[in-house]
Amino acid sequence: MSFGSVLEHYTLLSAVIFAIGVAGFLVRRNVLVQLMSIELMLNSVNLALVAYNRLHAGNMNGQMFAFFIIAVAAAEVAVGLAIVLQFYRLRKTINSDEADTLKH
Amino acid sequence: MSAGSLLFFVCAVVCIVGALSTVAARNPIRGAVGLLATIIGIAGLFLALEAQFLAAIQLIVYAGAVVVLFVFVIMLLGPDAGAGSSPAAEGEPASRIARVFSAIVVIGMLITAVSLLADPEAKTRFSAVTADHGSVEAVGGLLFTKGLVPFELATILLIVAVVGAIAIARSRPPKKRSERVESPTRRMFHGPLLARDAGRPLPKGQTLGQEGAE
Repeated sequence: MSFGSVLEHYTLLSAVIFAIGVAGFLVRRNVLVQLMSIELMLNSVNLALVAYNRLHAGNMNGQMFAFFIIAVAAAEVAVGLAIVLQFYRLRKTINSDEADTLKH
Repeated sequence: MSAGSLLFFVCAVVCIVGALSTVAARNPIRGAVGLLATIIGIAGLFLALEAQFLAAIQLIVYAGAVVVLFVFVIMLLGPDAGAGSSPAAEGEPASRIARVFSAIVVIGMLITAVSLLADPEAKTRFSAVTADHGSVEAVGGLLFTKGLVPFELATILLIVAVVGAIAIARSRPPKKRSERVESPTRRMFHGPLLARDAGRPLPKGQTLGQEGAE
């Protein structure tokens, strides 16, 4: 049995990491940890894209997609952390339950 | 066990342990280290998948920039960075049910994944690839021919994100008029800002030490 040369192993790993990211995003109330969970999900998607791309020798469209996902994730994390800082200045906490100014 | 199998196995274990510690960590610094472990594991898997360029990008962008940014913000927030969950919300039944349910889902997925690892049905094997599959030249050439328009759009996105992040992080919530205090330092160096304020005392709670010197 050789691991690492079969597509299914990579898809399984990607699904597990994605599920962990979803669970972290839904359960945790710390905005920083929620952002990290989003990063986990994006990474797992990248892994699946590159694994499927590996099936097609000489075609690198999947890797190109993963490249753009990395660029978008970098932009997202920069803006997200700026918003977290501003939220902390406003409410003196980073509990996402406290982000309810629009509700009142 | 061949070298390829060993690489996959080590990277997969590092990824899953890192992801679990990211999600479960009380201290966000540990979460950031877990995220770093996951990222490095995935970079190793990219190497196993003949995507050398992406492995390098992954290490530079994620491990070099994103995780460092997270650590900066955690350091900036100080001890408040870990105070994400209030004890009151922890005890809520809905929160407890959500935690138990998501733990069951994740553990179930892990067990399913491990049991499927040895599945003989799993046989979508990778074929051999050309030497330049995933190299910097090949992916870069694709980026500047087929993917030129999205590439330029990504540059615009990054510029807008950087400017937006600076604008958001710099601006402070406006202070109310009543909370605004006239700074004694400012009066000391510049004198009264308006001529009609010359004889007026400073706001309550501030000393008038320098008024005589003007």
